[in-house]
Amino acid sequence: MEFNAPAGENLFDRAKIVGKSTPRIDGPLKVSGRAPYAAERHDVAANQAYGWIVGAGIAKGRIRAMDLDEARRAPGVIAIVAATEHEPVASSDFNYAPLFGGREVSHYHQAIAVVVAETFEQARAAAGLIRTSYTNGEGTFDLKKAAPGAPLASDRPSDSAKIGDFDAAFAAAPVKVDERYTTPDEAHAMMEPFATIAAWDGPKLTVWTSNQMIEWSRQALASILKMDADNIRVDSPYIGGGFGGKLFVRSDAVMAALGAKAAKRPVKIAMQRPLMFNNATHRHATMQRLRIGAERDGRIVAIGHENWSGNITGEAGENATLQTPKLYSGANRLIANHIAQLDLPEGNAMRAPGELPGHLALEVAMDELAEKLGMDPVELRIVNDTQGMVPGEPDTKLSDRNLTRCLREGADMFGWSKREARPGRSRKGRWLTGMGVAAGYRAAPTMKSGARVRMTDRGQLVVETDMTDIGTGTYTILAQTAAETMGLPLDAVRVELGDSSFPVSAGSGGQWGAASSTAGVYAACVALRRMIGEKLGFDADAATFDGGRATLGVESWSIRDAGALTAEDSMTFGEFKKDYDVGTYAGHFAEVKVDAYTGETYITRMLAVCDAGRILNPLSARSQVIGGMVMAAGAALTEDLHVDKRFGFFANHDLAGYEVPVHADIPHQECVFLDTLDPVSTPLKAKGVGELGICGPGAAVANAIYNATGIRVRDYPLTLDKYLDRLPAIA
Amino acid sequence: MAEDGFMKVSRRGVLAGGVASAAVGQASILRAQDSSTGGAAKQAKVPVRLTVNGTPQELELDSRTTLLDTLREHLKLTGSKKGCDHGQCGACTVMVNGTRINSCLSLAVQHQGDEITTIEGLGSPEDLHPMQAAFVEHDGYQCGYCTPGQICSAVAVLEEIRNGIPSHVTEDLTGRMRATEMEMRERMSGNICRCGAYSNIAEAMAQVAKG
Repeated sequence: MEFNAPAGENLFDRAKIVGKSTPRIDGPLKVSGRAPYAAERHDVAANQAYGWIVGAGIAKGRIRAMDLDEARRAPGVIAIVAATEHEPVASSDFNYAPLFGGREVSHYHQAIAVVVAETFEQARAAAGLIRTSYTNGEGTFDLKKAAPGAPLASDRPSDSAKIGDFDAAFAAAPVKVDERYTTPDEAHAMMEPFATIAAWDGPKLTVWTSNQMIEWSRQALASILKMDADNIRVDSPYIGGGFGGKLFVRSDAVMAALGAKAAKRPVKIAMQRPLMFNNATHRHATMQRLRIGAERDGRIVAIGHENWSGNITGEAGENATLQTPKLYSGANRLIANHIAQLDLPEGNAMRAPGELPGHLALEVAMDELAEKLGMDPVELRIVNDTQGMVPGEPDTKLSDRNLTRCLREGADMFGWSKREARPGRSRKGRWLTGMGVAAGYRAAPTMKSGARVRMTDRGQLVVETDMTDIGTGTYTILAQTAAETMGLPLDAVRVELGDSSFPVSAGSGGQWGAASSTAGVYAACVALRRMIGEKLGFDADAATFDGGRATLGVESWSIRDAGALTAEDSMTFGEFKKDYDVGTYAGHFAEVKVDAYTGETYITRMLAVCDAGRILNPLSARSQVIGGMVMAAGAALTEDLHVDKRFGFFANHDLAGYEVPVHADIPHQECVFLDTLDPVSTPLKAKGVGELGICGPGAAVANAIYNATGIRVRDYPLTLDKYLDRLPAIA
Repeated sequence: MAEDGFMKVSRRGVLAGGVASAAVGQASILRAQDSSTGGAAKQAKVPVRLTVNGTPQELELDSRTTLLDTLREHLKLTGSKKGCDHGQCGACTVMVNGTRINSCLSLAVQHQGDEITTIEGLGSPEDLHPMQAAFVEHDGYQCGYCTPGQICSAVAVLEEIRNGIPSHVTEDLTGRMRATEMEMRERMSGNICRCGAYSNIAEAMAQVAKG
């Protein structure tokens, strides 16, 4: 089915199941510990051996020798696949750094061997007996040093743009901000490690793994292992978090496949946590410069956003300017992304790639501008809302945009009017208190998505798609969509996900998963309805499906009477969507208290007001948003991969050193969805929210800290060492 | 430095033995390792008896086996999760004789005769523990990977508060302990949820605490 025109009124506008808060259908399995994650699938292959990945001890250079003898003699060892004895694996379209690169070391903790043994303990112990010597190469590890010579990125049109005459307009603007901001490298730090069980059956390979994008991974494995994709099955029904870190195949899958071939046994690998941070991908650090010039009434006349980041191949950086062309008006504009070559591990997508650090800079710059103007920061954003157009794109229409409502309604709910505008003036006992606001924008893309629906002769419906649920609530929204479309109760629907033998879906990434995959299931269900209609002799497109029956005029049929049927279809998205900017919008608010004596910051309240079209399941969508708010709080306050610039690696590569928010850091959070519909998005008029929640809250926290203390810190995270000496005097 | 004598001993003792700090089984393991008879060598195993979710278990284990791996790999009770294997994330939280611990930080041989309760022992999909049901109701999870540990901790935290065990944020150490939001958040802070379900977990716990 092609979605080739904006949706008119349809069955989802009269929905009984879609759009209603629904506890996750996979919930009982998850809370009782019965949902099987990748490394837990004892049942899928007999005689599983254990693999342990050895990571390179240098960041750049060449392996001189590996002494494997002692390890090979160690108890329980079945096989060792080592870089000095095995050719490098091939690359794929989905990886920048090699996953197993022979003697050449491109980054720290790159996989250089896998030890396969009878038990986990034996594999780990034997791995510790491998002696590797290296010839060190020269590497570039310092973004700040590399940035001045970094060329403009050129792989995407969004990487650089000039509209009007930015320099002249900025120079002439009566009120202006010109500031620089930095954001650090960050880790996905999903709770489930990269994990794979790999098993060979002749030329056929099965990987039970933890991955967001099943078809990408099947294709990538085919390229990497130089084999026919048809001989590969990828299965990933439960995924313990991804946030972009599991978009692509990682070395656990590759080394498990190689290890299983060498051992002639199925091999299970769960990557050890301390290897993950340097072995896999991370969010790139950024350096940003914001220049915003405004008239005295607050209207922006010039906005310039320049960004520098680095990556292992010198391409594909963290495009922190993405939101800037969409959020605010202004006739004269400059966008520039520079990308340096660095020899750190591969930078790649992490939740809202580009927008998370982009909002951390842009939305603080807006706060700084508001202060210079003597204007309320909520009002400044509303005055500069693009109001019905995309700046510089006169031919692009907005599908549905309610940013001003998000900000106004959020301000009302949050009690914004009680905010003391003068920073550092609100004190309750030992606490300096403050409020901050930020706007949020995140695109709402859709991708082709397929599904198969099987109706059993008992009237049960089984949905099969290679779509994944990474905590996003996919199982439930797909069941809701199928139940609604077929007129069945929710508990008559079973959903099977993540298996490459199922139809190819959009997968989970880029905030496209929910909107795309529900549209795909809708397409398959429409095909099934037509099959039922053909079988029973009625026009399914004209009929109403409800309560297990199809009704047309005065006639009615039990759909079970059609017997067992299977239908498959995909939703594709037509050219008309290119005429539109389809986005999601938010007003984010935060309140903090800062200890006047110690500088410790506590977030006391957070609110997101979101505009994202129809919300398919408000219960799980809210969780997506508050989860983004938590991760944004981490980005603002604690998260920082520290680069060892001498040896070229992330030094704090575990969950003790890399500080993500914990319970004590996060207060009760509010999330409100505006009751909006976006007919340009999909037939369900829904858009994603998983990344909207992280776009802005970090800046709202930073702005609240400024409001509390009067100290502006522009280098994230805002740890107290950066402002302790500037706290207001204790009166 | 690796050729230094001290380092050599240290590496063998720690990496090969892996149980430098455990009293049980150390000598026999080092003997087995030093025999260097190749991949097929038999390793010393230690008998371990424990009761897991009410069922007595008798196992023969490599003495380096953690309680977590005993549960996950030997008893195939995979509800307890391995998030870090270093006591940094809390996903492996189980109850031992009624007290919560990080099962990855504890060797099975330390638990002779202990009563272990895992997430599977709290309830089943058909018969959820009230805390498990509250997590479903309040959506106190997303990916689900930290969830068993969160739930085991949540159940234990309410018990700790009932038993008057103070925490870092307890203001009145001699008064009646109350399950306030800050008490619960403080005590749950060893259980990381990267999906960020904290606000919902707090609500689920508050509901169960009210009874």
